[in-house]
Amino acid sequence: MDSQGLQAKANDMRIDIVKMIAEAGSGHPGGSLSCIDILTALYFGGVMYHDPSNPKDPARDRFILAKGHAAPALYAALAYAGYFPVEELMTLRKLGSRLQGHPDCRLLPGVEVSTGSLGQGLSIACGLACGLRIAQSDARVFTLLGDGECEEGQVWEAAMFAAHEKLGNLVAIVDANGLQIDGCVDEVVQTGDLGEKFAAFGWSVSTVDGNDVAAVVEELSRCKAAGGSVPHVVIASTVKGKGVSFMENQAGWHGKAPDAEQLKAALADLAGNEVCDG
Amino acid sequence: MVKFASPEESAQKKATRAAYGTTLAELAEAGVPVVAVDADLSGSTTTKKFADACSENEARFFNCGIAEQNMIDVAAGLSLAGNIAFTGSFAVFGTGRAYDQIRNTVAYSNLNVKICPTHAGVSVGPDGGSHQMLEDVSLMRGLPGMKVLVPADYAAARASIKLAAETPGPVYVRMGRAAVPAVYAADVELEIGRAYVLREGSDVTIIANGVEIREALIAADILAKQGISVEVIDAFCVKPLDTATIVASVSKTGCAVICEEHSVYGGLCSAVSEALAEHHPTRCAFVGMRDRFGKSGSFEELMEYFELDSGAIVEAVKNVMADERVC
Repeated sequence: MDSQGLQAKANDMRIDIVKMIAEAGSGHPGGSLSCIDILTALYFGGVMYHDPSNPKDPARDRFILAKGHAAPALYAALAYAGYFPVEELMTLRKLGSRLQGHPDCRLLPGVEVSTGSLGQGLSIACGLACGLRIAQSDARVFTLLGDGECEEGQVWEAAMFAAHEKLGNLVAIVDANGLQIDGCVDEVVQTGDLGEKFAAFGWSVSTVDGNDVAAVVEELSRCKAAGGSVPHVVIASTVKGKGVSFMENQAGWHGKAPDAEQLKAALADLAGNEVCDG
Repeated sequence: MVKFASPEESAQKKATRAAYGTTLAELAEAGVPVVAVDADLSGSTTTKKFADACSENEARFFNCGIAEQNMIDVAAGLSLAGNIAFTGSFAVFGTGRAYDQIRNTVAYSNLNVKICPTHAGVSVGPDGGSHQMLEDVSLMRGLPGMKVLVPADYAAARASIKLAAETPGPVYVRMGRAAVPAVYAADVELEIGRAYVLREGSDVTIIANGVEIREALIAADILAKQGISVEVIDAFCVKPLDTATIVASVSKTGCAVICEEHSVYGGLCSAVSEALAEHHPTRCAFVGMRDRFGKSGSFEELMEYFELDSGAIVEAVKNVMADERVC
């Protein structure tokens, strides 16, 4: 898929993200919209090897959504990829749905592990990378963290462990949108330069514009091919709420559903994006 | 039928924790895809014995350092790659420090991770109350799908670890530091969901597990000499609990003393009381820790100090038998 095709796909998924959260009446639009370009790169940009018709293919690359509250973004990617019907997206957060508020691996194909409690995904990814090494698999493990999530101490336990175990088959991506529930990350508890921190822990560090799908594809493909004996982290600068003008860079849209009027305005914004991209 | 230790075997004392590493090595040698993780306590938990057994095991062992939260989730990841992942550390850190990881990743995802910490209860002795975990069974029993095993001796610990390996999903195995006499034959095989009648009697039922089995058997001997016939049941499997065996026993004896080296809140005392309240209301007395932390002392001193020993059980039996309330 070319760059414009990927952008169009990301925009389509943005439309579904705001629609499903509006339909659910709750959910996390800000962080879902900030990271959807990264998920587009992973699932549609040829970065990850995966087969929706065989979700448990042992050779597949693995993805763990450490920031589990961005479930709507993951669900959109999985549905568009063919893991389950796109129509099911509108069941998000409803009783009986496979689309739980946070991803549930017991219910939904394509979800490797249930997440939602922040700080755990990187550790799980480390264990999976160790397991793939034991199995002598060439598969890679990708995990997506939030920048606010990096306030969890466990992230740094895992960062130390990954370097110690020389997990070159591990690629972490930080969705650095600069905001968390209570406000700016640097005002809540400053995380400082995350790239420098990971570098100090022994990781290979790079940065990318996380809302530029083509750039993300290129950078993640490079990390995947690099392998080696150091874990990789890509600090992806993103805009929280990206694509919906009134949600952009607003911490208030971390975990709030748009009402009918706001949905209309959001869809108008995203329709405008479609024209621009077209 | 389950096999018991011969008098010669029962004279040998071993800690339940000593079974951990060697049993994992035994499983690996038999081709079971076990891996082990620990948090800088591999010598104490004995997972080092698994790691050191051969170079293949070395590659299947991960020391996570002093980072229990990471350890549990690394085990989770290893299980996602098709391994049966066993975790180490002391019970206080291996459950309490990493409870959210056990709840939200291991249990909620129903992963093949086995939480098998050692040094539970007052058996850790002089280290004191900070290290004496007396709420772990309560924490683990509350988790949906988690099976909870509290073996009484070395052979039962070995059998429990093997059960954990062959039972899909999360399993908790609680092991201690204190050397205890053998109750079961060395090659005993136990079953999940079963309790075992160690001694038959007609006047009172003692339901115990872990190191309290040793105390219960001593108490039963003392009481026999006083003309009181005691039935002793090993409820090594706290969850799922063998309600049928317990109800059958108390139907005969009419009263029960429940003993655990653990808080009476949330562990075996609670599990048995809940089962009896629902299926066969019975007069019960508890031997266990009552809303308090431990303190420094030798294991044997602490068993007496906290009224967890055979003397406390004898007293509890007499009290419950004298209790004339009708259930």
